Formats: sequence, structure tokens, C-alpha cells
Amino acid sequence: MEVPILKQGHYLIASIQSALTDADLMLLRESLVARVGKFRARGVIVDVTALDVMDSFAVRTLRDITHMARLRGAETVIVGIQPEVAFAMVQLGLTLKGVATALDLEEGLAFLDTQARERIDRA
Amino acid sequence: MSTPKDRTPTSQSPTPEETAGLLRELVSHLRQNRTQLREEWARRITRAQLLTAMTEEEIFAEATSVYDNYVEALETGTFEALQAYARNLSERIIPRGVETHEVVGIVLLLRDVLARSLFAKYHEDFNKLNRILDAYEPAANRIANTVAVGFVQERERVIRQQQEAIRELSTPVLQVRERLLILPIIGVIDPQRARQLTEQLLRAIRTNRAKVVVIDITGVAAMDSNVANHLVQTVEASRLLGATVIVTGLSPEIAQTLVTIGVDLSEMATVGDLQGGIEEAERLLGYKVVELSEATGQTGN
Repeated sequence: MEVPILKQGHYLIASIQSALTDADLMLLRESLVARVGKFRARGVIVDVTALDVMDSFAVRTLRDITHMARLRGAETVIVGIQPEVAFAMVQLGLTLKGVATALDLEEGLAFLDTQARERIDRA
Repeated sequence: MSTPKDRTPTSQSPTPEETAGLLRELVSHLRQNRTQLREEWARRITRAQLLTAMTEEEIFAEATSVYDNYVEALETGTFEALQAYARNLSERIIPRGVETHEVVGIVLLLRDVLARSLFAKYHEDFNKLNRILDAYEPAANRIANTVAVGFVQERERVIRQQQEAIRELSTPVLQVRERLLILPIIGVIDPQRARQLTEQLLRAIRTNRAKVVVIDITGVAAMDSNVANHLVQTVEASRLLGATVIVTGLSPEIAQTLVTIGVDLSEMATVGDLQGGIEEAERLLGYKVVELSEATGQTGN
């Protein structure tokens, strides 16, 4: 089940529609990292609004995507984690430490814009 | 049925009529000697340093009604009235700070005082004394039990009531600015309440699209490792929804507890008090608070 990845300016937006198998997650990871290079994207948004649960493999995949994308020059932000999912995650000790998160797509874009501005300011 | 007048106790158990007769004799003795026995009891109570929370007049007044209820329970053999009295008494004296051991102590002292007076009266007739004690002791023990249990049950009822009241101190999540929520926590946090608070907060973050949350724990007296972990979890879960959490109002004791139990505080931003927390939150959100200048009659920008 392939996850649709949209390009918006310098950003890539992956919108997860339903529960993903481990294989789907690995495919998503590969696709995103490949496209960061192909389109010279500066930011990646993974939207998990539709997910009711997030297991440890999903969490690890999101961390991997973040690290890999950063190595290729893009910042990643995970958006749309539901309250129940967030609660379950912290109870199980599944942290997304080191991974940026935002409430929704709008916030995620705002976050990436701020990041891009800061990078320009630093340069 | 002649009983030999020797010093060994009879091994026949008394018939119910005999027991009733003995109890009647006992009760009439207790009623006749009411005044001295009551005074003796009150003296013993003071000597044993019980009911120190009450004045002598109060002790005497309560002693009188306990005595009368005690004798009546012996007389009627029914204990409902005594149970009701015990609960009523407990309701009155628990707020005065009377402890369980005091209540049990005074009832046992009364039992002793009455038993001694029986020894004094029947010491010449060992058999009679034994038969009277056979009638007296079960009843006296049941009375002591009833009063003590009544007291403890009343205490437990009060505690449960207080626990409910505390739990129901519902904690609202308040929006004080766009994207800024405040969660003032007051009272005791048990795991159930902690969970409820966290769920409430996460839903509020989503509904209000909050970017910053100030959790104020000035009103939390003590924190153990369970509650501390819940707090850390709440902070982390809020972050997953894109909100930054600032914790304010940590008392010196709680600060020590958190460090001592080794809670991971790296993700937790803290500020001393609520005011400071709100100011920091406003700063994070890009607000600046400027005083309106009255002298020039202009508003600051």
C-alpha cells in the first residue's frame, strides 16, 4: 500500500491514509529519502493523522526518516499525532526524541518555514 | 439439681433463662451503683491520659451517655441502638481529634471497672461470680467490639468522603491567550487522576491548537516517583502534539524529589512561578506585553 507523496515548493508531504505494514513503512522510508535527493527538498512532512495506533516499528521508521532526510539536507516534521496515540506512545515508552513534531499540516509548514529562515539567517 | 458448695466452677452451661436472670441481676447492680462506677471510670480515663483532646466536663458528659448505653445494651441484648450511638459518638469526636486507641481504651477501661465491681460484690460466692462473669463477659466483649468497629467505620467513611471530594476538585484547562493553555493542578494526584488530566490536556491542545502549555503545580503538596513519571509523560505526549510544556510552581520539596528519584528532566522546561511561566510562554509565542503610557495619553506599540 503505497503512501502518496506530494511536492509543495521545496517540501515533500507524505500523507498516511491507513495502517501500514512493516513492508509499507520501509517502502515509505526509501521513497522519501530518494525523493529528497531527486527534488532537492528542504523539508519533509509526514502526516499521521489517520493512524489510530503507532507501534515501535512505525516510531523507529519515523526516526530513521528524520535522520536520513537530514543527512540529505532536509528537515522532517511529524504532524497529526492523535491524543490517544500520543498517550499510548508515552506509556509504552516509545519516544520520538530528536524528531520534530507539530499539531497539523499548517503548523508543520510553519515550522519548516521558520527552520528555513533560520538556516538562511545563519548562512 | 443441687450444686456442691466447693470452689471448683460448675461445668454445666447455664440455660438461657439463667443467663437472662444473671444479666438482670448484673444490670440492676450497675444501675444502682451508677454514680460511683461512672466516676471511677472517668478517673481511670484521666489517669490513663486518654481523651486529652476533651475537657473534663465533656469527658464526664460522654462517659455518662456511654455508660447508660452500655448498660442498656447489656439489658436488652440488642446492639442496634449501641451501633447507632457509637456512630453518632464517632461523628462528634473524630473532628475533635480523638484517636482509635483512645476509644478502644476507654471502652476496655469501662469493662474493667464493671468487672472489678462484680468481683467486689460476689467475691464470697465463687460459683455465683463465675456464672455472672459467664453472662457478663460475652456481652461486654461484644459491646467493646461494637463501639470500636463503629468508630473505625466512621473514620473510614470520613476518609472516603474526603478522597472523593479531592478527586472531584476538577481541574480545568484554561486558554489565556491564543495558542496558550494553563493547567493549574491542585491537590493529590493519584494515577487515575493523572491519567484523566493528561487525556484532558491532550484533547484541549488539539481543540485549541495550543503551542504552549503552562502546567502549574503550586497546589500539589507532594510528589512520588509515580506522579513524577506521569508528569514527564504528559510533557512528552504534549510535545508529540507539537506543544511546548512549561512546568511552574515546583516547591523545594518537589524539586528535591524529582532530582533524587532520577526523573529525566531534560525535556521539561521549568520556571519558578506561574507569572514567570506565563511570561516565558508569551515570549515563545512572540507576544510582548507593553505598559499603556498614561502620562502621554498614548498607547504603546
